[in-house]
Amino acid sequence: MNILVVGLSHKSAPVEIREKVAFSPTAMAEPLQQMLALPDISEGVIVSTCNRVELYATSRECDGAISRLKDFLADYHQIARDDLNEHLYDFQGEAAIKHVLRVASSLDSMVIGEPQILGQIKTAYGYAAEYKTAGVILNRFLHKAFSVAKRVRTETSIASSAVSVSFAAVELARKIFSTLDDKTVMLVGAGEMCELAAKHFVNNGVSRVLVTNRTFSKAEKLAAEFSGRAVSFENFQDQLHQVDIVLSSTGAPGYVLHADKLTEVIRLRRNKPMFLIDIAVPRDIDPQGNKLDGIYLYDVDDLQGVVQANLKERQKEAAKAEAIIEEEILQFQQWLSSLEVKPTIVALRRKLEEVRQAELQKTFSNLGELGKKERKSIEAMSSAIINKILHKPTSILKNAHNSSDGNLHIDAIRTLFDLPDPAAAPQNSDTAPDQDK
Amino acid sequence: MTTHIILFKVTLIAYFIATALYLVNVVVRHEKSGRFARWALFGGIAVHFVNMSLRYYEVRYTPIADLHGSLSFFALCMIVLFLLFDMRYRLPVMGAFISPLAVVLMIFAGISHKPLLELNPVLDSWWFPVHVTFAFLGNAAFSLAFCAGVMYLLQDKMLKSKRFSGLYYRLPSLATLDSINNSSLTLGFPLMTMGIISGAIWAESVWGTYWSWDPKETWALITWFLYAALLHGRLSIGWRGKRAAIFAIIGFLCLLFTFLGVNLLLTGQHTFDALKG
Repeated sequence: MNILVVGLSHKSAPVEIREKVAFSPTAMAEPLQQMLALPDISEGVIVSTCNRVELYATSRECDGAISRLKDFLADYHQIARDDLNEHLYDFQGEAAIKHVLRVASSLDSMVIGEPQILGQIKTAYGYAAEYKTAGVILNRFLHKAFSVAKRVRTETSIASSAVSVSFAAVELARKIFSTLDDKTVMLVGAGEMCELAAKHFVNNGVSRVLVTNRTFSKAEKLAAEFSGRAVSFENFQDQLHQVDIVLSSTGAPGYVLHADKLTEVIRLRRNKPMFLIDIAVPRDIDPQGNKLDGIYLYDVDDLQGVVQANLKERQKEAAKAEAIIEEEILQFQQWLSSLEVKPTIVALRRKLEEVRQAELQKTFSNLGELGKKERKSIEAMSSAIINKILHKPTSILKNAHNSSDGNLHIDAIRTLFDLPDPAAAPQNSDTAPDQDK
Repeated sequence: MTTHIILFKVTLIAYFIATALYLVNVVVRHEKSGRFARWALFGGIAVHFVNMSLRYYEVRYTPIADLHGSLSFFALCMIVLFLLFDMRYRLPVMGAFISPLAVVLMIFAGISHKPLLELNPVLDSWWFPVHVTFAFLGNAAFSLAFCAGVMYLLQDKMLKSKRFSGLYYRLPSLATLDSINNSSLTLGFPLMTMGIISGAIWAESVWGTYWSWDPKETWALITWFLYAALLHGRLSIGWRGKRAAIFAIIGFLCLLFTFLGVNLLLTGQHTFDALKG
């Protein structure tokens, strides 16, 4: 049994195509059931987000199944098959396993490490579970993907650094102040980005917000939004020493805050550090301020630079994540092939048990009157013989997934004992592991 | 004797393993190795402590009388204090600074190992363990302040220049580093003061004078004044951050000179040859 992936993502298809093949989350039953009705497809899950649409399936006939899945995707969305095909990728076997694990761990995302994709795959799996289109393999496989994603998240720092400018500002503030709980933010001017950054700061613990603006009413309005206090623009500089973080974005043509003023402020603060974020263009705060001890002044370009550095850091972490994934692929593949072994052993035992029962019947009717004790010991002896004979072959089969000629052994046993082909009786192999639980 | 050397080597290896693990933790950001490093340090100080106790029962005096014993005791105090700080701040990155320092001290201790002789009668007083314990605990606290200071300067430089190396992501915040500076200073300063006072009282009981301007005493006093200035600056003039970090570094260099340089370059009563007496 093989795992297949057919799909497209932001890497292979433009948004015009992606929006056409997206599945509506309110009507997943139909496509899932249609997909499962295709020949040679035994399980199916559909993942549909704004950046990717992917079909996960299991099949014994990989190549046929893949082209059927591709056709299904085109037909379902009424797109010409040829138009769609150039944007589609497909994977099978190990490559498919790897792809899904990478997607779930957010290594294939537009912004590496973004957390949403895992939730989206969980939702997709939820639909498949609801409409019973995910069987033993995809169940186990997707749970594996979830646990791998979790491992990647906890064992690497892939998602730990900010990749947006406003969140980068919050992180820098944490590197300076440790906690933001008792800190004060002042907004100078009222740019949109400033407001967004201020919201991030408030959400991360900042307790006091001061707002100043040339138009006092605007300051009052914005202050009310953060339940802060408005300060008149004429004397906001006199309040600066109470402020730990300044967010500045006025439309002023020159500097609003000069370095000598900052020298004075830092003295009033008894050298307590100050974090100034100047989002305005042209800049509001004299860049010389950054040279003062305890003043950390960042402009838009600096923040962009931080985001770039963080992205690079995520790339580095991604390499670690890839190693984790390689490890997990190996584990999962071992399980997958053991699944092939199990039905073989079950079938083998069943076959011998049938022979034993038949022979017992014969023996008992030939011997005529027998005591309970005698019957019991004959039964016990016959089953002991079977167990003894089967012991070695069973253990070899169980280890088959660890050796390269594992498939050879399975094949030999199936031929020598004339066991039924599992493909002919898929119910057996699908229900057996469930019965174990 | 051989037990002592074996245990000493075990301790050194434990500190060395901790150093390696902390470096792995910091350089490739492997979280687990930080935890293992902490366990290596705990194991190291346990063996270290047992070793010193055995030594005490063997020779019947505090085994810090020679250079070997002092260096090794310094390392022990440093790691113990670091682990105490680590419980509060969880700072594997600081471990990457402090444990190599301990390894270096231990290596020098190993080099300077000599068989123990009869103790100089001057040292045969219970003031001796009191004096050196205070002095070394103080030193250990200042070595933490030194490491925090170096880390502060690195972090400050990166935040100012806006160029981040991998270390940026590992270093704690400036506020945390400054608070380590503060707490190790407020811990180290009284300890050092007690060390000097107990030394003076002891000197009075053996030599009949509290203070004899021996080079070690003079340098200890200079170091004490440096730290006093920093503490005063912190408490009353609002010194903090970069300036406090630089002061902690200068203070520690001065302290190292008091501890080692004086003995190597100058002469006085505080020799490590006291045992030959």
